[in-house]
Order: sequence, then structure tokens, then C-alpha cells
Amino acid sequence: MPKPTIENQRIGMAWLLLMAWRDSRKNRSRLLLFISSIVLGIAALVAVYSFKDNLQRDIDAQAKELTGADLIVESRRAVTSKTQQLLAQMGDDRSEERSFASMIYFIKSQGSRLVQIKALQGKYPYYGAIESSPTTAASTFQNGRNALVDQTLMLQFNAKTGDSIKVGNLNFAIAGVLNKAPGQTGISASVAPTVYIPLTYLEKTGLTQIGSRITYRYYYLYKNADSLAQTIKKLEPKQEKEGLDIETVASRKEQTGRSFRDMSRFLALAGFIALLLGCIGVGSAIHVYIQEKLSAIATLRCLGLKARHAFFIYLIQISFIGLIGAVLGAVLGTLIQFLLPLVLKDFLPITINMQISWLAIGQGIILGLIISVLFALPSLLAVRKISPLNAIRASFEHTATKRDPLKWLVYLLMVVFVFGFTYLQMRGWVQTIAFTISIGIAFLLLMAFSKLLMFLVRKFLPMQLSYLWRQGFANLYRPNNQTLMLTVSIGLSTAFICTLFFVQGILIKRVTLSSGANQPNMVLFDIQNTQKEALNTLTKSYKLPLMNQVPVITMRIEEINGKKIDADSTNARAFRGEIRATYQDTLTTAEKITDGVWTGKVESAMAPIYISLDQDYARRIKVKLNDQILFNVQGMLIATKVGSLREVNWGRMQTNFRVVFPTGVLESAPQFHVLMTRVPSKTVSAEFQGAVVRAFPNVSVIDLDLVLQLLDEILDKIGFVIRFMAGFSMATGWIVLLSAVLTSKNQRIKESILLRTLGASRKQVLVINAIEYFFLGVFAAGAGLILALGSSWLLAKFSFEAAFAPPLLPIFALFATVVGLVVITGVLSTRNVLNQPPLKILRSEG
Amino acid sequence: MPLESILEIKNVSKIYQSAHHNLTVLNEVNFVINKGATVAITGPSGSGKTTLLGLCAGLDRATTGAVTLNGIELTNLSEDQRAAVRNQYVGFIFQNFQLLPTLTALENVMVPLELRGAKNSKAHALDLLDKVGLAERAGHYPVQLSGGEQQRVSLARAFSNQPALLFADEPTGNLDSETSEKVIKLLFDLNKDAGTTLVIVTHDLELAARTNRIIKIKGGHIIADENQQHA
Repeated sequence: MPKPTIENQRIGMAWLLLMAWRDSRKNRSRLLLFISSIVLGIAALVAVYSFKDNLQRDIDAQAKELTGADLIVESRRAVTSKTQQLLAQMGDDRSEERSFASMIYFIKSQGSRLVQIKALQGKYPYYGAIESSPTTAASTFQNGRNALVDQTLMLQFNAKTGDSIKVGNLNFAIAGVLNKAPGQTGISASVAPTVYIPLTYLEKTGLTQIGSRITYRYYYLYKNADSLAQTIKKLEPKQEKEGLDIETVASRKEQTGRSFRDMSRFLALAGFIALLLGCIGVGSAIHVYIQEKLSAIATLRCLGLKARHAFFIYLIQISFIGLIGAVLGAVLGTLIQFLLPLVLKDFLPITINMQISWLAIGQGIILGLIISVLFALPSLLAVRKISPLNAIRASFEHTATKRDPLKWLVYLLMVVFVFGFTYLQMRGWVQTIAFTISIGIAFLLLMAFSKLLMFLVRKFLPMQLSYLWRQGFANLYRPNNQTLMLTVSIGLSTAFICTLFFVQGILIKRVTLSSGANQPNMVLFDIQNTQKEALNTLTKSYKLPLMNQVPVITMRIEEINGKKIDADSTNARAFRGEIRATYQDTLTTAEKITDGVWTGKVESAMAPIYISLDQDYARRIKVKLNDQILFNVQGMLIATKVGSLREVNWGRMQTNFRVVFPTGVLESAPQFHVLMTRVPSKTVSAEFQGAVVRAFPNVSVIDLDLVLQLLDEILDKIGFVIRFMAGFSMATGWIVLLSAVLTSKNQRIKESILLRTLGASRKQVLVINAIEYFFLGVFAAGAGLILALGSSWLLAKFSFEAAFAPPLLPIFALFATVVGLVVITGVLSTRNVLNQPPLKILRSEG
Repeated sequence: MPLESILEIKNVSKIYQSAHHNLTVLNEVNFVINKGATVAITGPSGSGKTTLLGLCAGLDRATTGAVTLNGIELTNLSEDQRAAVRNQYVGFIFQNFQLLPTLTALENVMVPLELRGAKNSKAHALDLLDKVGLAERAGHYPVQLSGGEQQRVSLARAFSNQPALLFADEPTGNLDSETSEKVIKLLFDLNKDAGTTLVIVTHDLELAARTNRIIKIKGGHIIADENQQHA
């Protein structure tokens, strides 16, 4: 008789697909629910990627409208007459603009505000348009003494076309409302609202005096690309020497693209956090799903199914469901992308034409598929280890959890995936490592929190508590509990949202604090020597204190250690731009010497002049103690030596300087002054500002209240974008919660029915569930809040150097909302089980 | 002519190791089962009979000793090789039926055939369902069938791959007496027709009495091995 042999099984992919299909019957809606955790994360990423693609395409298409010219030459100081001659001959057409900050005064409403004055001459913009109402105003305002005034200012001061404003010594008629200038964003318009005036009248305003920070811009139209290239070549050597900046359509395109790439990366990372949360949900739900399949898998193994084939049956199911989830996410993301231009409208310099991005959809689907399979793999790998003995003996369940080296490989792959994806967004190793480690630490801390909770409840659960409480608590650590997963997902999304909220608070508070009761809250600058006394008198007449009065002298660095810019091209930064320095005999409370010796006064005309530099500035311009610096103070050369380095607290509301001279050197140099005072109310502030602008039109006033209001506005706009993205995480956290509750439904049904059979009322069973969810919510939200408080404190201390006082009321409100949501979701989803007769439920679940 | 053996158990022990102590569930068990025999393994709860069934059917590995099924030594085979052996030579009937809840009655019966890559698996499975009187309910899911019906589907599935050896673990444990009688009759009839060797693990002495041989086990040892004569 021939010896019996073991036949090779002929199992093909077709049969595995068939079995996967059969096995998923009755579970498909559940599987879809599991996978819905990743839908929002994928949607967020697809929306961001689509937006990025559309933005890039529109930047390419509208690049010329961004610059408004083929070439822009910019200088922070008046150009030399030789360069002026060259600039005047360039291009097929040219326009000139000078811009600076100044006060304007609305005559009718008697209001005043610091604005960005743009004095323009020529037909700029050559591409796109200055949008105004009426439309013709943009082209006609240069014909007379007219102004185009930003719409936010018009609204603020209730002004109308035809009203007058005072700019310096001159009155201008408002020719129209400025709606949008080339390259302008909503944010830039709120920070520095623009007023256009004709360049011809600039001199007569009297605002171009010593110390005015004027930016000179020259706009050119080039019909011929070759001649543009030749001009740029001609200008390049002058760039460093004369401090010229050259901007072309291509360079602006690149710069705008770069800044929006950074923004897209940030948005993508926010979406990625939502996706990661979803993945934890998927991983956990699949774990429970496989646990429930234990018996079926064991039976199949008894019937002769090989371990790897069992694994493939479930891998196919997860891949397919993952694909559906990813496609759903991609569809949702494609719809959401149309919202992003609305969310980001204040930051966009161009009009976005949203179109479907197939690339983004493809990226989202592939990502969704990879990530759902990757996070389901630890549970799927366990399928290989399920012993057929489970079919005859339930106690063999533990064999499924044997240590498996492949699992560690999967965990490693997860880390590599998170790291790799983050790197693709960040493109920087340090940020990537920091992000990955932060996420890792947050995960580990939340896991540790939940383990601690389970340990504490198990260890210290008082036996004298009523049965309902004990059962509710015990549910937190029973087998197959959801405590770990829910703590991580709810905790992480709470932490994410709260940190954003706290950071916004820290930033606002930092500025608010600097305007404390005894601190100045108004700064007046550009005060000429001749105006100093009269302004002091005016200030006193309003019963306002003269809190800090300092001279400011503008200068440039001519040489460092005997080297001019030509000889030291590696340190061009030091020689560029104007420096605003002061002189004083003693240090202010915001300054501290960190190196060298402070010299407050020059002893004699021949003695060396020891100056003091802000230590960060010294590092930036590569200057050390005892280095020699030759300053050009408006034509006069002054040789100095670095005598000391200072640490300057720039957060203080007072005038601070990078370069401080001793007294006895600059007293007779051309200078202007800065005065600080404290106004008691908005009314006094408005009246005083009006008086200052009328009497001293060149003097600019910064009202700290306005700064605060602006900061609040900007943070609100940024906060809205962040909250929009964080919303995906919150919603994902909730879906994970819902999925977890429904995942554990089978187990709860059995327990609830058992309890009801033993005599528990519906209400009692409901209370047990409510207690469990209440403590789960309390702990998860609490853990998230602790993380948020910790990270905000760290950010406050090390990044913003500010104190962090947690806002108690909002914390409580956030906490209560999260807990309430957890309890309501948990109780509502188990309630329907209690409304059914036990037998009916057992039958339907069987 | 000497009788041909289908299952040989030589010095088989099973010891479960835990952190604190070792638990010997089976200790040096020896027996041989011949082709075509019907054997009952009986014993009280915790005596080791289910463990013995698991080892005999190649569901688990003995700590020491050797299990030879249809001439194939199982001890050194991998789990996947043992799965192939089970698919090819072994049939199972479980106390709690173990039908796959997401498969219809017909699909449940087809699975062992499909695993072997058999052709006409559907026709063969329908034929078997007909034999157990459930052809009409081929498209029903387990949850739509009564306990007795589920066990009859389980019988059809057990015989579908024409096993050399059929293991039944408390096949009537979850059934009422009337249904039990019908299922047992069916089991023995099918077994007789197919000429399969039948090993039943049971508490039920009445059921055990219907087999040719009863192996009694207690505390991991065989305490009796009796052949029975039937009229």
C-alpha cells in the first residue's frame, strides 16, 4: 500500500477574495464605521493637497498680477544720484513709489491713525489693477491732490468719497476707496492699511524729513525679456553696495510659492494628526473585530486553512474597506477644498480658482490605503497565530497574543511612516524629529495615563461604593476595554485644541501685560529737535506723563575692523540698511550687560568711543567685543569700539536699541526723538492723537490699544485657520469614540442582558454605562488638558518667554464639553440595546 | 489479516507550563485506533479528553511522544503542514457546531472542498445537505437554523472532504435528547456509508455505548480501554 502523502493545497487568490467577501457579510457596515475614522484625516489632506496644487497653478498664472511689473527695484534709503540716473533710463515704462508709515487725520470725523502712505507716480500696476471704488479712481487720483484710502480705514472713520484727509501738512480729497492693491492680502491690509497719494505732493507734506523710514520702489515695464535680463545683469553689482533689492515676476513667484508651501505643510501636518488619530481608532477597532472572529478563524484552521491564507482573507477585507474609506475621504476632501479659499482668504494675495486635483486625490487614496493597512497589521498579524484549538476550547485565546517579531517590524514601519510623511511636509530633519518625538511623547504619555487609571481603579476601588459605581468603574479595566484607545484619541485631540487656545492666550496676554497700569501705552516718534519742547507742552496740557524720552540717530556701518563691504562680502547684512541708535549715560531697566564694561560717557574728545551692542545683533553681524566699527552718521564718520554686549528685553513696552552710544558724542548729530506716555482712556487717546497730528503732522503715534486690537484680529484669523484644521482632529476623535462604543457593543449587550436577567433595571444598567463613560471622558479630557497645560507652559517659558496663567473658565468649559460629548455618545449608543427584549438581541447578535 | 491502524498514540504527554508550576494534562498515553473503528473517549471534566482530541487531530503538539495519523507522523510537522493533513484526512464535529456565521449552510459545507481545490464542490455539498435533510435550507445562514439543523450542517461539512478519520467533540452536548438521537443516528449512518473511522469525545455514556470501543481517561491517564460487542 502506498504511503499516504500530504497534498499541496491549491488555494488561489480568487478563493481568498471570495472568502474575504463571504466573511465580511453582516460586518460591512461595522467595518465601514471603523474605517470612517480615517475619512476625515484623508479628507483634510486631500483638501490641503488640492488647495496647494490649485494655489501653485494660480500663482504661476497670476504671477505678473502679484508684482504688477516686470521688475521692481527697492531701496531702504535714497539712492545715489548716479544710480538715480540709471534707474530713470531703464524699462519701456516706469513708475516710482515711496512708502512709509505716517499718521493721517480724517478731518470730518476728527479721527487719526497710523497708516502706510504710498506716494505713487506713473502707470503702475502694468499687470493687474489697483482695485478701487469707483473703478476709475485708481487711475485718476494722480491727476490732482487726491488720495485712495483703504476700505478698512473708510469704515473705521465712517468716511466717504469726497471727504478730506490730512497727510502731513497737506489736505487730500478722497478720490475713492482702495479695495485691493497688487500682491496685497487681507492681513497686510489690516496691519498697515494703505493710503495712496500722488508722488508729486510728497515733498509738500513735509513728511520726508530726517529719520523718516522711507522705502523707495521703482516699477518697470519690459516688453522685451532680453533687455530685462540685461538690466538685471547691470544692476546686480550695485545690489550689495547700494542696498538695492531686485524683484522680478519669477522671484516673486518663487517667494510666494515658498511661503504658501510652508503654510500648506503646516495645514497638511494638522490633517496628518487627524489621520493618525483615526489610525489609532482603526487599529483598535480591527483588534476587537479580529478578537470576535477568533472562533471562525479557529474553525477554518481546523478545516485545514493555512495561517497565511487566514491572514490574507482579513488583509483583503481591510485593504478593500481601507480603499473605500480613502476614496470617501478623497471625495469629501475634494468638496472641502472649496472651503479652504474662504478660510484662508485673508492670507491669499491672489484669486484661487479651485479645480479638482487628481494628483491630490491619488495621493490621498494611496495614503489612506497604506495607513489603514499599516495600523491594522498588528491585529492582522495575530490572525496567523490563532490556534485551531480555539474551536474546541475558548481558553486558548491567549495564543493569539504570543510575541511576534513581525509585529515589532510593523511598529518600526509605523514610526518610519510617520517620520517619512512628516519629513515630506517639513523638509527639515530637526523639525521632523521634533514633530515625530512630540507626537510619540504625547502618545506615550496618554498611554501611560490610561494604564495608570486602570491600575489605580483596580487597586483602590473602594468596596463600600454602591454596586452601580463599582461596576461602572470596573468596566474601565475589564478585558477588551476601550480605555487606552479612547484616552489616546480623545486626549490627543483635546490636547491639540487646548494648546492652540492657550498659545493664543499667551500671545495676547504678553502684549496686554506690557501695557500694565504703570507702563506706557502710547509711543510718539519722528519728533524733530525743534518740536520736542512744544510736544512736551502739548502732552502735559492733556495731563499725560512724559514717561520716556530718547533721541534717535540714524546711521550706517561704513567699516568693521577696517573692512568695507567690498572687502567683506560674507557679511553684507551688517552694512545694509539704516541703524537707529541712541545715546544714554545709564542702562535702562530692560538692559543687562552680559560681556565687557558699560561706558556711559566719553571722557574727552580724543578718548575712544565705547559703544554697547545688543548681543543678538552683534552675533548676527559677526562682531565681537573690542571690534572696531566705523559709523557713517549722515555723512560724518565716527570710529567706535565695541565696549560691551547687552541682553535686551524687547518684550518691554519701551524704546530699545541695538546700538547704544555713550553721551558726549552724538548730541549735535541730526536726530529725532521718541516720547512715551500713558493715556487713561480711548477718548483721551483719540483727542490727543488728533491734536498731535494737527500740530505736528510728521509725528507718528502708536496706540497700544490699536496694536492689541490688531494682534487680536490677526491671531483670530490665524486661529480660525488652525481651528478649522484642528476641527478635523476633534471630529475624528468623536468618530473614534463612536466606533469604539459600537465596537464594544456586543460585549456590552451580553453584560447588560446578564445584568437585566439578574434583576437590574434599565435605569441601573444605563447608570453603570454613564458612570463608565463619565470617568473615561473625565480622564481622557483631563489627560489631554494636562498635556496642553504642560506644552503651553513649556512654550510660554522657552519660546515666548512669558508667564503662563491657565484661563480657568475656558478650561472648565472645554473640559465639560468633552466629557459631556463622551457621556452622551456612549449612553445614547447603548440605550437602544436596553429598549429591546434580551432574547431578540441575543438572537440577532448570534 | 492484521487490521490496519489509522491513529497511533505513543507515549504522548501534554504539559502546560506556567510561571509557577507545570500542569500535566496528559501523561504517557498510548493507544492505537484501527481503520473503520468507532471509538469513544470518555472521562470526567478536566480529565484531559479534549486535550487528547486536539493532539489526535493535529490541532496541537504533544510535549513528548508521537502522534501518527494515517501513517503521517504529526510531531515534527509545521502548523501549516498539519492544517493540510487535517484538510485531507480529518473531519470535525464540534459541540457548539462552529459553523461560520457569515457563510450560508451550503458555503459552510463547501469550505473543506474549496480548500482542497475540489471541482464540483457546490454539487457535492448540495448532495451532502440533501443527505442530512437540509437541501431546502442551503441558502440559510447559521443564525437562521435551529441547533439541530446547525449540527446537521456540521455533519455534512465533516463528511464533505471524505475524511479518513472523523473527530466529534461532544456532538450532542448542545442539543435536546430528541434532536440528539436524530443527529447521532445520522452520524452513525453517514459514517457507515463512508467507512470513516470515528472518534467521539463525550460525557454521554449512552452515546459511548454505541461505539465499538471506549477509552476511559482520568487525570491524564487511560484508566480503561474496552472493546464492545454490538448485536
